[in-house]
Amino acid sequence: MPETTTAPSLAPPSTPTRRRTTSNGAALAQKYGAGALLVGLCVYNAVFTPNFLTAQTLLDVQLRQAAPVAIVALGMALVIAVAGIDLSVGSVMAIAGQVGALTLLSGAGPVAAIFAALLAAAVCGAFNGALIVRYSVQPIIATLILFVAGRGIAQMLTGGQLQGFSDPTFQFIGLGRFLGIPFPVVLMVVIGAVLWFVVRYTGYGRTLLATGGNESAARLSGIRVGRVKLVAYVTCSTLAGLVSLAVISITSASDANNVGLGIELDAIAAVAVSGTPLSGGRISVIGTVVGAVMLRLLQNTLIARGVSREVAQMVTGAVIVLALFLQRRTH
Amino acid sequence: MVEAPLLEMRAIHKSFAGVPALAGVDFHVAPGEIRALVGQNGAGKSTLIKVLTGVHRRDAGTVLFEGHEVDFTSTQAAQDAGVATIYQEVNLVPYRSVAENVCIGRAPRRFGLLDWKTINADAQNRLAELGVKVDVTRPLMEYPIATQQMTAIARALSFDARLVIMDEPTSSLAEAEVTVLLDAIRRLRDSGVAVVFVSHRLDELYAVCDSITVLRDGSTVADASIAELSKYELVSTMLGRSLTESERTGRHAGGIRATDAPTVLQATNLRRAPVLNGSTLDIKKGEIVGLAGLLGSGRSETARVLFGADKITDGEIRMSGTAVNFASPRDAIRARIGYCSEDRKADGLIPDLSVRENLTLALLPKLTRRGIVNRKRQTQIVDEFIGRLGIKLASPDQKIRELSGGNQQKVLLARWLCTKPDLLILDEPTRGIDVGAKQEIQSLVSDLADDGLSVLFISSELEEIITSCDRVMVLRDGQTVHELDGSAITEEAMLHAMAEGTSTIEPIDGGQLHA
Amino acid sequence: MINTFAERTAHWRLGQVLQRQGALLALIALIVLGTMRYGERFATGYNLSSVAGDDAKYIFVALGMCFVIMTGGIDLSVGSVAALGGVVAIKFSDAGLVPAFAAALAAGAAVGLLNGILVARYKLAPFLVTLATLLMARGAALQLAGAKSAVASATSSFQGFANADLFGLPVAFWLALLLVVAGAIVLHYTSFGRTVLACGGNEDAAALMGLPVARTKLAVYLLSGSLAGLAGALLGSQTGSIDAAAGKGWELTAIAAVVVGGTLLTGGIGSVLGSLVGVLLLQLLFNLIVFENSRGGIQISSYWESVVRGAFLLAVVLLQVRLTRGDKAQSSA
Repeated sequence: MPETTTAPSLAPPSTPTRRRTTSNGAALAQKYGAGALLVGLCVYNAVFTPNFLTAQTLLDVQLRQAAPVAIVALGMALVIAVAGIDLSVGSVMAIAGQVGALTLLSGAGPVAAIFAALLAAAVCGAFNGALIVRYSVQPIIATLILFVAGRGIAQMLTGGQLQGFSDPTFQFIGLGRFLGIPFPVVLMVVIGAVLWFVVRYTGYGRTLLATGGNESAARLSGIRVGRVKLVAYVTCSTLAGLVSLAVISITSASDANNVGLGIELDAIAAVAVSGTPLSGGRISVIGTVVGAVMLRLLQNTLIARGVSREVAQMVTGAVIVLALFLQRRTH
Repeated sequence: MVEAPLLEMRAIHKSFAGVPALAGVDFHVAPGEIRALVGQNGAGKSTLIKVLTGVHRRDAGTVLFEGHEVDFTSTQAAQDAGVATIYQEVNLVPYRSVAENVCIGRAPRRFGLLDWKTINADAQNRLAELGVKVDVTRPLMEYPIATQQMTAIARALSFDARLVIMDEPTSSLAEAEVTVLLDAIRRLRDSGVAVVFVSHRLDELYAVCDSITVLRDGSTVADASIAELSKYELVSTMLGRSLTESERTGRHAGGIRATDAPTVLQATNLRRAPVLNGSTLDIKKGEIVGLAGLLGSGRSETARVLFGADKITDGEIRMSGTAVNFASPRDAIRARIGYCSEDRKADGLIPDLSVRENLTLALLPKLTRRGIVNRKRQTQIVDEFIGRLGIKLASPDQKIRELSGGNQQKVLLARWLCTKPDLLILDEPTRGIDVGAKQEIQSLVSDLADDGLSVLFISSELEEIITSCDRVMVLRDGQTVHELDGSAITEEAMLHAMAEGTSTIEPIDGGQLHA
Repeated sequence: MINTFAERTAHWRLGQVLQRQGALLALIALIVLGTMRYGERFATGYNLSSVAGDDAKYIFVALGMCFVIMTGGIDLSVGSVAALGGVVAIKFSDAGLVPAFAAALAAGAAVGLLNGILVARYKLAPFLVTLATLLMARGAALQLAGAKSAVASATSSFQGFANADLFGLPVAFWLALLLVVAGAIVLHYTSFGRTVLACGGNEDAAALMGLPVARTKLAVYLLSGSLAGLAGALLGSQTGSIDAAAGKGWELTAIAAVVVGGTLLTGGIGSVLGSLVGVLLLQLLFNLIVFENSRGGIQISSYWESVVRGAFLLAVVLLQVRLTRGDKAQSSA
């Protein structure tokens, strides 16, 4: 007998019953597409781009450029895993950057600046989380608020002036090296490793996936669903804050207008491309990093071939659509 | 009856993925009659309606409407032909006005633009004919469900429906509203419109219907005028029980179990709209109490409020004498209660997680030390329960959605068993499981009860209740209507209670009845 | 039960009144305030005219956005599409006024069609789809413009058309008003308009009732794209050139205006006229900020723009959440 719930409805299903059998091609493309494309791009560049395989290009250029997006994408992946999304990451970066710069300028020292910036970012995350959990606002709309207002808030802090500072210790975040590897890349690897561990081995990680996978079942199993989501949003924003520190330390100036502009798109693209469904319940830490690196390499490759930056961006847009498409076919 | 039937469905067959839902169903409706269509979960009534109204295509059989053979391919086609459906969820547009909802799809126009004056007047008239007087220009959602249903009926009539199918129309209504609705249905009949009344509310069926068709396991098992079928006979037919009962023995054959064990749970007069209407029960330590009742009688709803998943608006719950008020399932779990829900897909499985994760989900707080999950202990527990329940799988790390339904259910059962609760609420725990596994689970539960576990056992299978339970509470329309103990637990008694609300049978030797 | 019912109804009605009429009241209040505080310079024909001219393109975009949001969707690509439309119009400006606008319309419609197909036919999330087309359209616009900014042909009838005076207000504004009136009529008096609202209110029910849901959704995205394209053409006509930053942030202005004007972000209820009021209100607010600054009194930085928009959005969102929660509880009684 077909399974029925307590009160079977006579109304026809709203969406046509999806084919459960996945088209294997689409499923494979989803899972390994980004990685395959990355390998393909590397091969292509190794052949056609001079000096591509040097440590300098790989580390200083490709990975370092990809690191900020990768870290933000990792935070985004957490939020997407609980069936949410965070559009405010760019604006949060602007706010955190300003707070950090102002703290430095006030002479409180780099440690205080870092702490203040991360705290500001965390508060933004808590704001998002509160709207979503407590007031049941849809994640897209809730994070839209900071998306709209965040940059303005950041600029208000300093009357729109560019905040230039100089602090060699602080500069290390963006410009320093650790064992020869640019610090942002180190951050990316460390954060990726930590997140990978958390997702796999900690109680939080598993409750995160349970909440995204079936919120009702998670709640009935005693999981504090609201808290799980709140932590995800706070973490996402805090990671964005961390990235902003790296970004502003490179230029030794905080530009609320431009820092993190458009990064939410890149982050979402990286997650989408890694095969993670945007409906929640799954996360691929490695896949997200690969996705971010791949997309950046793709853009750089196109630009190096003479394609204008704008068209390269178009390609990113097309890639997102393609990823969404593939997701639809396999779910 | 020489009158030609308005609707005639003959030998309808429909299968889904090889599983038959309708196995040769006959169903007919005379013009201007109110016919009840009843059956338990999975009997096929919703499939039958869907086949008629064009949601599904039938595999075999004929459908004749007004004498012509028809094959509707969409609800729109059915509506245009004169067959309208009023859905349980009303399915109108809440933000739009009452009048607009009545006329969507065939609105009158003037010079190509919508003629609101006519639309409003038309709706006003139609609703008046049904005995409803409201401001038709206000949004539909401003009105209670009863009015919304009337709007749906008015809409159906406006499409010149000759047959109106109503799906559980009274399940969300208050008593006063039910009376109004039943009046409206009678008015429909008087004006020549036939009505198919799909419902499990026996009292209402008997109040308004002329005839009744009963489905069970995909076939028609009864087709009679309502005067010819008593409620008891109806319930027996629905559940497939013969009228003469052979002896069935309870869990403890003969005599009542000693009742000196302490009371673990006491629930009194639980209420919660729209279903719970005074549900009462108590469970002693080591006792298995069954909760029996028809679909919609409030069993799962009772389970949910006991577990803190829903809140009661009235009533009291006491655990071991102390009043409790669970704010969430988390509180209930902490109070050593477990709840294996009825719908594993919606409330139980986390599809993308492994069997291991799903099994230990409720135990997670106890398995993590300083945030990290103790894999070793987790594996131990998982292996233990895979063995105890005989769960068949390739590996504990495979995704739970790859398991068969029966094995999935076992994993969910294990989820609660491994938390070692004091009270375990099982809602249809053996649904979708093969006979062998069913018995395994039943004897497992029995052993656990002997060791001191208290169990609330909800099931639609009377046989299972008889063989598994020490005591049974029968629910009807959200209320506890009867309690049966020991060898007094018989199908006959339960059916009577479900049908009439009281037990009118003679006490059986050795048994005791609580009125 | 009857009592709690009346309560919720009154609550709901108050909320609706606040939303719709609230914006209008605020608008009137601001105009009065402005006239009182800044006197002549504010209330002059010149100021009002330039504000109106500015507003015109936002009204175009907000109209399209209103329809999209009413179906429960959203269109984030409008800013980029406007840029694209503007660039295309300027490229065609040599050929004259009508060809230029027609080309912009076509460009906008093309993107709108893409959005519509992906959302209506393939059921992809509107947010993400239009986010992607935002990128694509901007890329296309920048590519077409080639150099830093596209400059319109100085001799053609295209240049300055939008600013031409008609009864004291720019032509662009009259066009916008005309469109708004047409939009309101369509919404209230055509089955297309009612279907738009039904889609947002209860899409399943709408489909069950035989309404052409997919077609309608496709149409609103097509409409939104086309209007955005035209808005870009207006911009090009007004300023004579389109630069790299054209259209940035227009989608947010439109969303804020539409929402402030009484349209539910989740769809199903909306007001075209409300969207008009929303645009006028928000733009007037910024106009007043400029005046306040020039008075040299309090220095309200222009960064307040986005903060104010965000605050409005927040207030309206919270209000809307409370209202929709109210009726959810009701209908599941």
